[in-house]
Amino acid sequence: MNTADQYLKAIYLAQRIDDGPASTGTLADLLEVSPASVNEMIGKLEERGLVEHEKYKGASLTDEGLERAHDALQTYCIIERFLANVLEVEEFREEAHALEAVIDDTVADRLDTIIDRPEECPDCFDPEADCCKYLEASTRAD
Amino acid sequence: MSLGQRVSSDHQLARLLQIGVVLEEVVESRAAHHLESLPADEREAIDDEVRALLAEAAEESAEHRERLETLVDDLDAETVAYEEINALVDAQYGPPEDTDGVLYDQLCNEETAYKFYDDLIEAIEASDAAFAIDRDRLLETLYDIREEEREGVEEVTEIMERRA
Repeated sequence: MNTADQYLKAIYLAQRIDDGPASTGTLADLLEVSPASVNEMIGKLEERGLVEHEKYKGASLTDEGLERAHDALQTYCIIERFLANVLEVEEFREEAHALEAVIDDTVADRLDTIIDRPEECPDCFDPEADCCKYLEASTRAD
Repeated sequence: MSLGQRVSSDHQLARLLQIGVVLEEVVESRAAHHLESLPADEREAIDDEVRALLAEAAEESAEHRERLETLVDDLDAETVAYEEINALVDAQYGPPEDTDGVLYDQLCNEETAYKFYDDLIEAIEASDAAFAIDRDRLLETLYDIREEEREGVEEVTEIMERRA
C-alpha cells in the first residue's frame, strides 16, 4: 500500500474518531509522523482532488478520496485478518502496521481468497480498537 | 504505522517470507481445485497445454515454497502447513466457470506473486538492516523466484492470446 493510500485511510479513520474533519494532530498520532509532514501530504492530496482542507478545521475526503480510502482500509483489514486467523499472530495490529507498506492490494486480494470477511467490510472497522469489530483473534501465541 | 517501504528486522522479514509461502500454497491448491471443480465436459475440453501449465505451476510453487521455507527456518520461524492452507482454500473456493476462468486465475496468481517478490526485494534493498541470514543468499533466492514468476506471467499470457 503506498503512502498516499495510507494517508487516505488514516483520514477516513480520523474523520470517524473526530466525528468531523480530520485534525492534523489526530492524523499525526495515527500515522506516527510530524504535523508538518501531515500538512505537506494533505496539500498534495488536495491538489489531486482526493481531499478538501479547511483551515483550522481539518481535512475531509472527497468522493474519490473516500472510495480509495475504503479500498485501502479493506486491504488493511485483509492483512489484519490474515495475520490473526491464518498465521495466528497475537500482535496482529502492530504487525499489520509494520507490513502494510510492503503488501500491495493485489497481494491482499489473493490472501482474501483464504480468509472469512464480513460483507460489510470495511464499515465494521472500529478505529478505536484498530481492528474489525467482528475479528476474533486466535488464542494461540505466535 | 510504517510509512516507509522497507524491511527492518528479522521478525518482519520472516513474516513476509511466511506470506510468500502461503501465496505459493494458495497457487498450488487453487491449481489442483480448478481441475477437480470444472464440469466434466469442460474438464475434458482442457487441452494438454493448459493441463501442463497447471501441473508446471503447481510444481514450481512447491519448489518456491521449499526455498522460502529454508530461509524461514534459518530465521527461526515457522510456516503454515500446506494442508491447513489447502483446507482454507477449500472453505472459500469459488470455481471458475470454464477454461478461460482457470487461465485468468492462473494469470492473477503469477502476477500477484511477481508483484509480491518485486515489492519484497525493493523493501529489502531499501533497508540497511543486518539479517540473521546472508543478505546475498536471500536476495539471490528472491531474484530467482521473481524471474520465474515473470516467465510464468509471459507463459500464461501467450496461451491466453493464442486462444483468443
